[in-house]
Amino acid sequence: MSQTAEAGRKGKGVRSDCWVGIELTDSGGLDLNIQSKVMGMYGESIHTLVKEVFVALGIANVRLEMVDVGALPMVIAARIEAAIKRADPGIKAEFLPDMRAHCNYLSQKERFRRSRLYLPGNQPQLFINAGLHRPDAIILDLEDSVSPLEKDTARFVVRNALRTIDFKGAERMVRINQLPMGLEDLNHLVPHNVHLLLIPKCENADQVIAIDKRVQEISSNCGRTEPVFLMPIIESAMGVINSYDIAKASPNVVALAMGLEDYTADIGTQRTKDGRESFWARCQVVNSARAAKVQPIDTVFSDVGDEEGLMASVLEAKALGFDGKGCIHPRQIKVVHKGFAPDKLELEAAEKIVKAYEEAEAKGLGVASLGSKMIDAPVVKRAQKTVQLAINMGLIQGVLPGQGNNPNPDERGNGQ
Amino acid sequence: MSEEQNQKEGASEGNLHEANAGASQKLEMNAAGRMVPTWVNGKEKIPFKGVNKHRPSGKKAATAIHTSIDYPADGNKVVKSLEEALKLCGLKDGMTISTHHHFRNGDLISNMVFDIAAKMGIKNLLWFPSASFPCHEPQIQHMLDGVIHHIEGSMNGPLGDFASKGKMTKGLAVLRSHGGRYRAIQDGDIHIDIAVLAAPTADEFGNGNGLNGPSACGPLAYAKADTIWADKVIVVTDNLIPFPCQPLDIIGNFVDFVVQMDKIGDPEKIVSGTTNVTKSPDRLLIAEYCAKFLEGAGLLHDHFNFQAGAGGTSLAFVKYLMDIMKARNIRAGAIVGGVTEHMVKILEDGMADFILDGQSFDLEAVRSMRENPRHIAANLLTCYDFHSKGNTTTLMDAIVLGATEVDLNFNANVVTHSDGRMLHGIGGWQNCLYAKCTILAVPSVRDRMPVIRDEVTTLVGPGELVDVIITERGIAINPLRKDLLEATKNSSLPIRTIQEIMDEVHELVGGAPEKPKLGNKVIGVVEWVDGTILDSIWEVPE
Repeated sequence: MSQTAEAGRKGKGVRSDCWVGIELTDSGGLDLNIQSKVMGMYGESIHTLVKEVFVALGIANVRLEMVDVGALPMVIAARIEAAIKRADPGIKAEFLPDMRAHCNYLSQKERFRRSRLYLPGNQPQLFINAGLHRPDAIILDLEDSVSPLEKDTARFVVRNALRTIDFKGAERMVRINQLPMGLEDLNHLVPHNVHLLLIPKCENADQVIAIDKRVQEISSNCGRTEPVFLMPIIESAMGVINSYDIAKASPNVVALAMGLEDYTADIGTQRTKDGRESFWARCQVVNSARAAKVQPIDTVFSDVGDEEGLMASVLEAKALGFDGKGCIHPRQIKVVHKGFAPDKLELEAAEKIVKAYEEAEAKGLGVASLGSKMIDAPVVKRAQKTVQLAINMGLIQGVLPGQGNNPNPDERGNGQ
Repeated sequence: MSEEQNQKEGASEGNLHEANAGASQKLEMNAAGRMVPTWVNGKEKIPFKGVNKHRPSGKKAATAIHTSIDYPADGNKVVKSLEEALKLCGLKDGMTISTHHHFRNGDLISNMVFDIAAKMGIKNLLWFPSASFPCHEPQIQHMLDGVIHHIEGSMNGPLGDFASKGKMTKGLAVLRSHGGRYRAIQDGDIHIDIAVLAAPTADEFGNGNGLNGPSACGPLAYAKADTIWADKVIVVTDNLIPFPCQPLDIIGNFVDFVVQMDKIGDPEKIVSGTTNVTKSPDRLLIAEYCAKFLEGAGLLHDHFNFQAGAGGTSLAFVKYLMDIMKARNIRAGAIVGGVTEHMVKILEDGMADFILDGQSFDLEAVRSMRENPRHIAANLLTCYDFHSKGNTTTLMDAIVLGATEVDLNFNANVVTHSDGRMLHGIGGWQNCLYAKCTILAVPSVRDRMPVIRDEVTTLVGPGELVDVIITERGIAINPLRKDLLEATKNSSLPIRTIQEIMDEVHELVGGAPEKPKLGNKVIGVVEWVDGTILDSIWEVPE
């Protein structure tokens, strides 16, 4: 028997990653040929890790070539596992890095999702500091940013990242592949505290239900009790038509996102800067999401260098009713947060409503009113959220009842 | 000095160089706990005694008395070639030859000097540049052939690599800061026999500057000490103009010969490629933290003086700082640096009173210095010389610098990588540590390599002079700066201990790194600004 395979990346411009080539052999034990940029600092620990991975996967005889340019241990392990399983797809064992304490935090259905930073699933060097830029969420992407040939290795990289990387309180999202391949992704995600799954090119409720069902099965097998939230992405004419049903398909759906590149192609036109071609669809998605009481989230703005254009796009999204926007570069996060921050008038109105509500509650009144106008419960809830966001962002001082103080306000709204 | 005496002096210099070769290295522990040689290249050296502890007395070096009537009455010092000029200067075995590095990686003159020396059969020269660049790689062959005995000066790229491998066998690398080099010349630690100074514009009398001509490079600050203290000075230019060349960066009264050439530098490479604001999100975050720290610590005020380099992170820092200063209606006083178009814009927008320019990094900076009386040539005497009656670096309210490594005691390294290989010079870095608030802006990790260490591989900056270390993972204030800790106590800045940041990086990269595997031979030393020996650089076996 002699099976060979390779995985990972090497060559010019590759950083914090590694390439491995393996040959499964019948005898001879472990033959390790490791070149590493960090050999002087981590040579021993790399050798130890490589041996641990082979033990976990039940490999006793193998020849390994490795070119490492400063990959994190979790990346080295993922690349080797991918290569081994390419050589012998029959191997079922996994090598799971220890789940770090900083990966165990939970999410909430009602949290802020103003910004979510896309991270290509096969480029782990971009994961390392993603949380430092304080997005509301990070998305480890298995879909469009990963080439079809790299889906397997990206799954291991993403799984290991979910177990090891500190995303600093950002909601931990993964964009899975389109169905049916997306269903195969779930085993690598659900047991590892993924908070939310983005469902690409979602066209009908059945797709959501299929994923939800598979998630429940995996959850009960691995003992997961917290829900996995879902964010279907509407990217087609049919998806827009079915958007309300999609949003209502499961109680785990917390948001509907809009994806415009594919949508504009689907309706037979091209995406323009002022976006007249998608105006109706975006309004429809906002309307469906609001009707289903989930968050409407806008598409990404793809010109990273154009901060003014991004800000205009964020303000437009906010005006249309969206609660958030995708980011493809960390530099966009701050702009998005600034755009979604409550303005002065909005904040003053919200504070008045919250105050009136608190006073009414203190007096034991069932209904709050402002002047002669009654305030409905959803209005109060929205006002509370606006005030909370302003506190979290350090725009105003104060504590809402039942909320902890935030000693270190930052640009992020979640006060993690 | 007679020809014969000259011969003798030169020969004895040569022997002095030899005195180091092969000799067993006697090491002593200095006040920083580092083992350092007590003899360096044939001269006794004082181990570092602690910051501000060494106070030498005595006189500065004296230069020979010259008589003006021995020089051409018509003021024309032009000779036909650099080779002739070197011969007329009495170039011989064992001499010390200096050059400046204002042309950075576009310098054509330094290599040419030693090519000529090789052709003349000269041996054992000491090259004493103000800095070296990758373009000086051919000097390695001159070392292997014995034309160059050894180099004292910053060892960049290939030269550093060569020395690190223990291949510069005849002498130790001596790394000095820009100010330290000025001091070493002025204090007589090193004597320059011949200074060969490239001047983008010069007249026949030897007056020169760097503002005009095809090789325009800005001020010629690093050539000042060489001009004054070298026995012989040759000015080389590709833009000879009629007397008088103004303004004067090189004063012709110190100059022996002038040589005209077709080309003295490669303009494309003189203007370095470091002048773009970084696009790296992590570096932008570091830069933003630097600016916000100055604001949050209450250090910004009208006529605030600051210095920043020309690297991408520094440029981004300056941009964020300007946003804050504009919003708060604060105007800077003097801004100092490696000057780029970005700084020029600040001056021209009225956001600062003056630029003090030690080094121009692009043609826009050169243009501004030529045209704007508020864009002033700085001088190492005024800003960096430790043995003078004060220097202006201490007037800087804040300076932002980089480092290859820092440690838990806020010590920093700029010359070696974590594996011990010497790859960079000190530049003005050590001198800048004397600012009111010295900030080191560094990423906490580079490709799995932690930048914060238990102990730096090579000590270049003592921690007591480093006030703040700013990384993408947070801001660590030196516990000695209680005032800064107090001032930022209630701010929203991500203030953390340096230990916390290091621990977080270790958690990410799989633990603390192994110790570098260094050889047991010292191949170079780092001088502190006062001339004492701060640390040794060790051989890194291949």
